[in-house]
Amino acid sequence: MTPLLQVQGLSQRYAGQSVLRDIDFALAPGESLGVIGESGAGKSTLARLLMALERPHQGRVLWDGVDVNAMPARRRRALRPLVQMVFQDPYSSLDPRWRVGRSVMEPLLALSMNEAARRERMSEVLVAVGLEPDAAWRFPHQFSGGQRQRLAIARALSTRPRLIVADEPVSALDVLVQAQILALLRDLQRREGISLVVVSHDLPAIEILCDRALVLRGGEAVEHGPAARVLREPQHPYTQDLLAALA
Amino acid sequence: MTDNVNGMGGMGAPAAVAAVANVANAAEAPLLEIRDLHVRLPGRRGEPLHALRGIDLSIARGESLALIGESGCGKTLTALAVMGLLPDGAQVAGRIAFDGRELLTLDEDAWCALRGRRIAMVFQEPLTALNPLQRVLAQVAEPILIHRLLPDRTAARERAMALLARVGLDGRQARAYPHQLSGGQRQRALIAMALAAEPELLIADEPTTALDARLRVQVLDLLRELVAERAMGLLLISHDLALTARRVDRLAILYTGGVVEQGDARELFEHPRHAYTQALWAARPRLGAGRDQPLHPFEGGVR
Repeated sequence: MTPLLQVQGLSQRYAGQSVLRDIDFALAPGESLGVIGESGAGKSTLARLLMALERPHQGRVLWDGVDVNAMPARRRRALRPLVQMVFQDPYSSLDPRWRVGRSVMEPLLALSMNEAARRERMSEVLVAVGLEPDAAWRFPHQFSGGQRQRLAIARALSTRPRLIVADEPVSALDVLVQAQILALLRDLQRREGISLVVVSHDLPAIEILCDRALVLRGGEAVEHGPAARVLREPQHPYTQDLLAALA
Repeated sequence: MTDNVNGMGGMGAPAAVAAVANVANAAEAPLLEIRDLHVRLPGRRGEPLHALRGIDLSIARGESLALIGESGCGKTLTALAVMGLLPDGAQVAGRIAFDGRELLTLDEDAWCALRGRRIAMVFQEPLTALNPLQRVLAQVAEPILIHRLLPDRTAARERAMALLARVGLDGRQARAYPHQLSGGQRQRALIAMALAAEPELLIADEPTTALDARLRVQVLDLLRELVAERAMGLLLISHDLALTARRVDRLAILYTGGVVEQGDARELFEHPRHAYTQALWAARPRLGAGRDQPLHPFEGGVR
C-alpha cells in the first residue's frame, strides 16, 4: 500500500543555518505519528514542510507517493484539501472579523461545491466537533479557547481530509479543556480513520493520539518507534532525560 | 467553605483587624490575608458580574500557595486585586491585608510605594511584559532605581547582574534585548526583575504556560528555591494541578469565583474532597495510562 505520507532525507536551512537534518518516515493511511521535541527542535519547521507551506533545502515530502514539491501547482492545489492543519493558538488562527461559519467554510472554496452544499457541510462539521450549527453566526471573540480550538478542527475537517497536521493542538488550553480536545481528536481518528501528525512537547497527548513517535532534538531524529515503546522504554538518553524531567 | 486556614484564630471581626495595622500584632499576622473578598465587574448589559464571591486565603512568610482553576474562574482577578490593579469600574468588598495593613483603602501613592517593591508580580507573557527596546539588565535594574534602594546606577546594575546570574542568565544574556532570548530565558529575566526590589510577596500568574514542559518544571523549581532562600510568600496562579501540587506548600482550588477547597498541597493532592477538585484531577490526560484512557469530557462551570 502506498504510504499516505512519506518523508525522505528531509532537511531545511534558514539563513544558512540547519534547522532540520535528514528526516525519514512513512505513514500508512489511518496511522498517526507524534513528533516530540522541545522549543527549537525543528517540530514546527517539519510541520510546515509536511503541509508544503515551504520548500525543503533537501529531501522530499510525498503525499500518496507523489513529491509535493515536484508536482504541478494545479495538482498540488487539487490535493491540498486532503491535508489540513490545526494550529496551536486558536485565537490567532480564526479571522476576528469573520463570522466563524465563513472561516469554517473557507477551505471548501477550493472544491467544486455550491453554496448550499458548503453550508450543509459546515453544519455537519460543527456538529461533529460538538458545537451547535447556530454557532456559525457568531464571531471568534464570542467563544472560549476550547471552543475556538473546536472551530479550528471543524475547519480542518470540512474538506474530508485524510491527514491532519496538528501543531501543539492543546498546549495553549486549560487542563480540562485539553482533555476535551484530545477526546474529540481521538474520536475523529477512530470514527473517520483520519491520520494525524501531532507535533507537541505534551507527551500524554502523543500517547493518546499516536501509533508512532519521532523524537527530534536540534533538528535531528534521535528516536523513532511505536509510541507506547518510545514513551515507556525510551532507548535514547535524550528521550529518557525528557521523560525523567516530567516525572 | 474553606477547611484549612493556618493560625488565623485571633483575627476576627473587621474592626479588630483594622487595629492590627499597628505594630502590636504585625509580627504574628500572615504576610497576606484575604477575607471574604468580593469583586463585581461592570457587565455588558448594565448588571454587574459577580466575579469573585467571597475568597478567603492567607499566605505566611516563606510559604507558597497555588491558586488553581480554569480560565475565567477568577484567578487573575484575585492577583490583580492584591496588586491594586483591578479594572476601572470594579466594585470591591471584603478585606486584603498585607503584613497586617489593609490594602483596599490605600491611596494611589501608597500603592505605588508597595507595588513592585514589597509586592511584585511575574506575568504570564514574558514578551509583552518586557520592554522590547531596552536591554534586560537595565529593566532588572529599574525597580531598584525607582524605589531608590541603592545609591547609584552602578550599584543597581551590579545587583541586577547578580539577580540575573541567580536565575541562570549569563552576562551576554543580561545585555541582550528581549527578542534575542528564548521563552524560558525571558521568563527568568522577568523573575529577576520581580525580585529586584526584594519583595516580600511574589505573585506569579501562570508563569509557565507559554513554556515547554521541561522548562515549566525548571521555572517552578526556581521559584520554590527563591521562596525558601528569601523567606518570601509566593502566590502562584495556575490551571495545572498536577504540575504545581508537588511544588508548593498549599493549594486553593477556585471555581466560578469561589474557593471550593484549600489545604496542605500533598494532602489535598492525594485526597481531594470536593467533587470539582476530583474532576479536575481525573480529567487530566496522563502519561502511561494508554491510548484508551478515559478523558472525562467534564464541562466546567466557566463559560
